Amino acid sequence: MFSRSAAIIPQCSQQVRGMATLKMISIRLKSVKNIQKITQSMKMVSAAKYTKAERELKLARPYGIGAQEFYKKAEVKDEEGEKGQLIIAVSSDRGLCGAVHSSIGRIVKTDIAANPNTKVVIVGDKVRNILQRLYAKNIAMVVTEVGRKPAVFGDAALVAQSIINSGIEFSKGKILFNAFRTVVSFRTTEMPLYSQNAVANASKLPVYDSLDSDVIQSYTEFSLASLLFYSMKENATSEQSSRMTAMDNASKNAGEMIDKLTMTFNRTRQAVITRELIEIISGAAALETKN
Amino acid sequence: MALTRSALRLFSGRFTQACQVRGYADAPSMSLTFAAPSQVLYNNISVKQIDVPSFSGSFGILPAHVPTLAVLKPGVVTVFENDGSTKKFFVSSGTVTINEDSTVQLLAEEAVPVDTLDISAAKELLAQSQSQLASASSEVAKAEAEISIEVSEALVKACE
Repeated sequence: MFSRSAAIIPQCSQQVRGMATLKMISIRLKSVKNIQKITQSMKMVSAAKYTKAERELKLARPYGIGAQEFYKKAEVKDEEGEKGQLIIAVSSDRGLCGAVHSSIGRIVKTDIAANPNTKVVIVGDKVRNILQRLYAKNIAMVVTEVGRKPAVFGDAALVAQSIINSGIEFSKGKILFNAFRTVVSFRTTEMPLYSQNAVANASKLPVYDSLDSDVIQSYTEFSLASLLFYSMKENATSEQSSRMTAMDNASKNAGEMIDKLTMTFNRTRQAVITRELIEIISGAAALETKN
Repeated sequence: MALTRSALRLFSGRFTQACQVRGYADAPSMSLTFAAPSQVLYNNISVKQIDVPSFSGSFGILPAHVPTLAVLKPGVVTVFENDGSTKKFFVSSGTVTINEDSTVQLLAEEAVPVDTLDISAAKELLAQSQSQLASASSEVAKAEAEISIEVSEALVKACE
């Protein structure tokens, strides 16, 4: 790192190079200190957002778990069809949050590689950037302006409505998101999504009384919005906690760099002073011996 | 002495187990999960009865109700708890699922206790939605205004 900065300055005398390196080190030290301040304040901000997100998630969990119950109890299975797969990848627009976005992008990539007839609905810019280069033609829809404010049900309803209006057909589907476990860990999970036909052909559906296609349609539409809302809430909490730990690590690393730089700075300063002293003394000694 | 006591315990345990195998009349109470996106009202709590307003008519849910799905209409949900108390909530929309094992998931988009409703605000909302319908131009706007009228009429009815 220091050899790089030393290479920039012109090849002048030893003295000038020593002084210039001192200036370089102090510039670097100032910039790392600024970075540490920034990462520390980012950590505080995401800690505050995390507490709020976790509180809202606790209230939303029974809703989200309840919304999945029907599909489990009625033993709905994926449709036997060739209409392709639908993946809804939930992430956000903002980075600097650890492995949150890349883990989702990785799984989408392996899924598309396994099953090329896949359409992806992306919520949040970050995953779009990951997938844009190679899989641009699999992207069906992108939702932006996600992650700045906490999600409300209306947002999820809007996304669900756009998905329904776009008329995407699929035989199997899933929602990919990061489920929140603890402050330091999250797990990338998938929630299965079933098309209307899959629900209509469920093995235990005849047990359910008085159902017509209207009810099934309204039910699946509402539950799409509910499941999306739940996954957005979980993902937001994972993202904030991940950003908190990432910024905390960054501040610690910056602190280490500052320590090392300060050490080098002091050593260089002492070396410069010693060199000046030697020159003065040897100059004085040379004058004395001349006399 | 201890031997007889433990023998008695064993015997009584088996006896109560034999008693639990009963018929329909003694069906276990159902477990209700009543939640909205931003609040939990009941989370797997066993209750006696639930009355729900749905598009296919209002109906009451008792334990061992036939499994079904229904879409909620704006209206009042009444929950009869095990200790005899009743609680009323106004719901705007949502779905209700009754499963085979007598678990009920009532997912409402918005649910508020009825006693927090203000009748004057509800009447004002109704007047507003009616004027909205009069001034609506497109089909979508008309439909939205009609939905808003339906909700405000149910709100006014719930307050009374």
